Amino acid sequence: MGKTLAEKVWDAHVVRRAEGEPDLLYIDLHLVHEVTSPQAFDGLRAAGRVVRRPDLTIATEDHNIPTVDVDKPIADPVSRAQVEALRKNCAEFGVPLYSLGHAEQGIVHVVGPQLGLTQPGMTVVCGDSHTSTHGAFGALAFGIGTSEVEHVLATQTLPLKPFKTMAITVDGPLPDGVTAKDLILAVIARIGTGGGQGYVLEYRGEGVRGLSMEGRMTLCNMSIEAGARAGMVAPDETTFAYLEGRDHAPRGDDWDAAVASWRSLATDDDATFDAEVVIDAGALSPFVTWGTNPGQGLPLSATVPSPEDAVDEVDRVAIERALEYMDLTPGMPLRDVRIDTVFLGSCTNGRIEDLRAAADILRGRKVADDVRMLVVPGSARVRLQAESEGLDEVFLEAGAEWRGAGCSMCLAMNPDKLTPGERSASTSNRNFEGRQGPGGRTHLVSPQVAAATAVTGHLASPADLTNA
Amino acid sequence: MEPFVRHTGTAAPLRRSNVDTDQIIPAEFLKRITRHGFEDALFHAWRQDPAFVLNQPEYAGASILVAGPDFGTGSSREHAVWALQDYGFTVVLSSRFADIFRGNSGKAGLLTAVVDQSVIESLWALIEADPSTQVTVDLDAQTVSAGSLTAEFEVDPYVRWRLLEGLDDIGITLHNVDAIEVFESSRPAFAPTTLA
Ligand code: SF4
Repeated sequence: MGKTLAEKVWDAHVVRRAEGEPDLLYIDLHLVHEVTSPQAFDGLRAAGRVVRRPDLTIATEDHNIPTVDVDKPIADPVSRAQVEALRKNCAEFGVPLYSLGHAEQGIVHVVGPQLGLTQPGMTVVCGDSHTSTHGAFGALAFGIGTSEVEHVLATQTLPLKPFKTMAITVDGPLPDGVTAKDLILAVIARIGTGGGQGYVLEYRGEGVRGLSMEGRMTLCNMSIEAGARAGMVAPDETTFAYLEGRDHAPRGDDWDAAVASWRSLATDDDATFDAEVVIDAGALSPFVTWGTNPGQGLPLSATVPSPEDAVDEVDRVAIERALEYMDLTPGMPLRDVRIDTVFLGSCTNGRIEDLRAAADILRGRKVADDVRMLVVPGSARVRLQAESEGLDEVFLEAGAEWRGAGCSMCLAMNPDKLTPGERSASTSNRNFEGRQGPGGRTHLVSPQVAAATAVTGHLASPADLTNA
Repeated sequence: MEPFVRHTGTAAPLRRSNVDTDQIIPAEFLKRITRHGFEDALFHAWRQDPAFVLNQPEYAGASILVAGPDFGTGSSREHAVWALQDYGFTVVLSSRFADIFRGNSGKAGLLTAVVDQSVIESLWALIEADPSTQVTVDLDAQTVSAGSLTAEFEVDPYVRWRLLEGLDDIGITLHNVDAIEVFESSRPAFAPTTLA
């Protein structure tokens, strides 16, 4: 019987397999950041161990760092201590680090792909749940806990039990105006925030093939919001074209050997998945969340749901609670929801194509008077690229703030926070209560919807602007 | 980790049941960036009370904690184990432990030994009558003894083996370092490295 993409990558990394024990899996790339690594390094130190493969490990500062006044010391003592610990640990253990101010610093999941470090068929881990992003390349990439971070640092392996596989097939091309973000929000609304639990999702079909690498990263990024361990897309010409010439991509004969090997990664025709879901791309339209988990989403054209629409009692309570927290009334058109702040950024939608898409909409327009818009590039390199294209001017002229690279208001560990009761349209991935600041209310949206929303002051799609 | 075969020390009586991990270490301490140095956080709220057992000078230096049933319930924080170890505890005795806490203990090298509540009661009586009583926990023989009392305890066989050998998860994996090296020698030449 044939194998799925995920099974092929798994099997190619088994260091040791023994009856009744988890497989010992080799890790090709270990990404490290300041929040989940300090105790792992401390554990190594206490046991007198070294980092086995610093050359397969890379660190960056992202979660805590400020996006303004980046040349000044970090004001918050907890944030500063974490960043300083990372710097000290990387120096001591020989791990390459992209610190604040370095041209390659940025959100860990933006940095790996743009350097060409994330490649098809690899195993990639990081002490961060959105490691699933890297699956866009056909890598098996998943988040791990701090004691696992220590394990990988010391051994470059992890003992793991195999994941189940689920195919998410997107039939037909995505209609105009529908993005990867709309697609993944629709997938999560369909299968639920626990629907992917224990699975690796493989996204397939015409609607996925037609996505750029950046779109595929957006898609895989949010697999975790469906509860999945990882998301994957089989590599193809789009993948190879993206990788060719990147800093860490293979060159010359190595490139040819790599591409030949990567082509073999597709799921075999006779392979079976443990579960399958089919999405009709033609039925999709811009999607936004109205509630407090990423599964509580609807087409922008819909109205706020009512607890009476609930499928069961648990759902009814969840809807009621979400509406109360979000301060929304059933039956209200989502387009009428007024927004205070627009956040464009994060490892979901903070890459160059996201900034271009938003800038295209904002060019020659203004952010509404009572709306603040933060534009936070996913990495220093994205920021530079955007500036070389003049996108910073577009954002500034429209009245948006142009910031330094980092996680920023995605999780509000730095000073970029919502105030209690403040409502955002955010291109990030989590709309949990208080995620963007205590009491803050978050609507997850695509970059295009974010930009149109900034202009109108209420949830809107670009089509609403041209029709107006 | 150091192998654990036999341990002798003084013991502290914790006459409470359902000690959850929030009591063992409150959430405010989870922001720290170190893996060690949590001794001040252990039982933080209770230690504000001068009458709390660990504030009694006669129990200073105790390395065995004799606790009531259902020790370690609540959140899965590994810090609870670290705090007990940092304070100086090597063994916790109870008639019942919460599963995740037990699992975390085994990984970190803290022995959680299960004995009958009647044994706990006898130990409490002994160490309260004379806090300098020497208690011996013999992992090899799976017994705990103090004065004239000797009782068997239960421990997960896998955890027992790991403790006797002084192996943590990483140590166990490093037992297979040959297999890791063989695997590494067969990785494709085009696989990237993070160094320039
Ligand atoms: S951008 Fe947000 S989701 Fe992504 S790594 Fe940073 S905090 Fe996590």
